[in-house]
Amino acid sequence: MTTVRVEGISATEVIVSVAARELAGKRRVFAGVGLPTLAVDLAKRTSNPDVELIYESGVCGAHPSAMAEGIADSVVVSGAESVVSMQALFGYVLQGGNVDVGFLGAAQIDRYGSLNTSIIGDWDKPTVRLPGAGGAAEIMPNAGEIFVVMRRHDPSAFPAELDFCTSPSPVRARAAGDGIAPRGRGVTKVFTNLGVLSRQGPFDELELVSVHEGVTVDDVRAQTGWDLKVADDVTVTAPPTGEEIHLLRDVIDTVRLYLR
Amino acid sequence: MAMSKVVSMAEAIETYVEDGMTVCLEGFSHLISFAAAHEIIRQERRNLTLCRMTPDIVSDQLVAAGCVTKLVASFFASGSAGSLHELRRRIERHDPAPLEVEEYSHYGMVCRYQAGAAGLPFFPLRSYAGSDLPRLNPRIRLVDDPYGEGTVYVVPPLNPDVTIVHAQRADRHGNVQIWGISGVQQEAVYAAGKAIVVVEEIVDDDVVRSDPNRTLIPSHAVDAVVVCPRGAHPSYVQGYYDRDCAFYRRWTAISKDSGLLQAWLKEWVHGTANHEEYLDKLGVDYWDDLAVAPRLSEPVDYGSRK
Repeated sequence: MTTVRVEGISATEVIVSVAARELAGKRRVFAGVGLPTLAVDLAKRTSNPDVELIYESGVCGAHPSAMAEGIADSVVVSGAESVVSMQALFGYVLQGGNVDVGFLGAAQIDRYGSLNTSIIGDWDKPTVRLPGAGGAAEIMPNAGEIFVVMRRHDPSAFPAELDFCTSPSPVRARAAGDGIAPRGRGVTKVFTNLGVLSRQGPFDELELVSVHEGVTVDDVRAQTGWDLKVADDVTVTAPPTGEEIHLLRDVIDTVRLYLR
Repeated sequence: MAMSKVVSMAEAIETYVEDGMTVCLEGFSHLISFAAAHEIIRQERRNLTLCRMTPDIVSDQLVAAGCVTKLVASFFASGSAGSLHELRRRIERHDPAPLEVEEYSHYGMVCRYQAGAAGLPFFPLRSYAGSDLPRLNPRIRLVDDPYGEGTVYVVPPLNPDVTIVHAQRADRHGNVQIWGISGVQQEAVYAAGKAIVVVEEIVDDDVVRSDPNRTLIPSHAVDAVVVCPRGAHPSYVQGYYDRDCAFYRRWTAISKDSGLLQAWLKEWVHGTANHEEYLDKLGVDYWDDLAVAPRLSEPVDYGSRK
C-alpha cells in the first residue's frame, strides 16, 4: 500500500490538515470518534474559529482546553456552551435537522458513500467485529452532508460491495424504498491516505478530485474496488503547512493518540 | 419524607440482581459504575442480559467473568482506546463460547429506553432506510406511517429488570444530581423495574433542594442508593476525578490475552472483598494523575417569594 511521506509528514497529518481546511465556513459540525475529533480541533484553531462543535455525548458548542481524548472527554464538557440529553442530541439537534456536517470514520465505503462500521465477513461469525453503528446510522441520513476519513485506501476498504451496510447513502436508501428518506446529501468528501474524493448531488457517485504528493491517479484506481470516476481537473493536494504540522504535533496531539 | 434508601453495594446487588435478569448498566464514557459491575462479578451472577449503549471495558469484564450471555448494545469498542477483545473473541471465534448480541444504533437504544420509560409500545426513528441493521436485528421493524403514505422504522421498548447508574451525588432519599454528560441515565432508570444509583457522596437534603434543576433522577424512581466514592474508576466523574486513560490503553493488551484477562479479574475483582479494597490496592498516590482542578459554575438564583 502506498503511503505518503513528504519530508517526514505522515498520511494522517495530510488527511487531518486537508479535512480541517474543508471545514472552513461550515457552521455546525458533528465530530465522530477518532480522526474527526482531531480534525475539528485543528479547524477551530485555523480555518474556522467560529465552528460549533457537537459531539454525540450531548455536548454542543465545545471549547476544549486540551485535545479531546474521545467524544465524551471531560475537556469537551468544561467550558462548553451546552450539554444536552441523548434524546435532545439525537432527536432534536441531529434528527431535527440542525447539523451541517457529520464527520465520520469507517472501515468500508462504497462508490455512493454508504459506510460499513459493523461487520467484516459473515454476519453470524464475522472475521472482524467492528465497533458497530454507534451514532453513524443516524448521522448519515440526518446531517446536511457527511465528511469521511479513511486511514486505508485499498480495495478491501473501498469494495464494490460492502460486507455490511451500517450507514446507507441516499442512493441505497432510495433503492430500498423503506423508512423515511434521508434529509441530507450523504457523503460529500472522503479524505484518504492517497487523495481526496468528492460527491456533488445526493445520487452522484464518488469522484477522485485530488491526489497527495507522490501518488498518481493510477495508484488510486488500483487501490479502489470499483472503476473509480476521476475528475477532469484532478489536482495534487496542497501539503500541510508548517503551521498546521506545528499545531498538530506540538500543541494538540502531544500524547500521539491520533497521530501515528 | 420517605425513609433513607442508602444500602451497601453488596446488599444492593444481592437484593436486586438475580441470575437470568436483564440488567442495564448505563453511563456514556462518563459515570460508568465499574464498582457495581465488579460486585456482580464477585457475587457470581449468571446468565444476565446486559444492556449498554457503549459496552466499554466494563462489558469486557462482565462477559469474561461469565456473568453475561446476551449483550444489547450500539457501539462495541472502548472509545478511542480501541477494541474489546473478550467481546471480539466471543463474537468472531465463539471462544470460549458464543455471545448473543442484539445490535442497535445509538439513537435506536435511546428510543428503546425512552419508550420503556414512557410506557410506549415502540418509538419511531428517521434512520435505517436502506441499512442492513434491520436485517441483522429483526426487532427493528418497519411500520406504516398512520398519518402519511410512507413507512417508518421503529424500535421496541426496553424495560430492564434492574438499572444501575452512577452519579455525582444524591440525598439519602435518592434524589440524584448529575452534571456533565448525562447519557441516558434518566431514561434507563425510569424504564427499569428496580433502580440502583451509586453516588460519589450523599449530601444533605438542603443541598439538593438548593438546585432542583440538577436533580435528573427524582427519588420516586430510585430503589437503592449506594455510596461508593471513586466507584466509576477507570471511567470518570465530572468535577471529581478524570478518566484513567492510561488504564484504558492498558486494557487492550490485557483483554487481547484471555489468560491475562482472567488473571486481572482474579487479582483486582475476586481478590478484593469490595471497592474499598480495590481502592486500597490502587493506593492513594494513584489519584494524583486523575485529580481535577475546580471549575465552579456561577451560582443560580431561584428566588424566593417574599
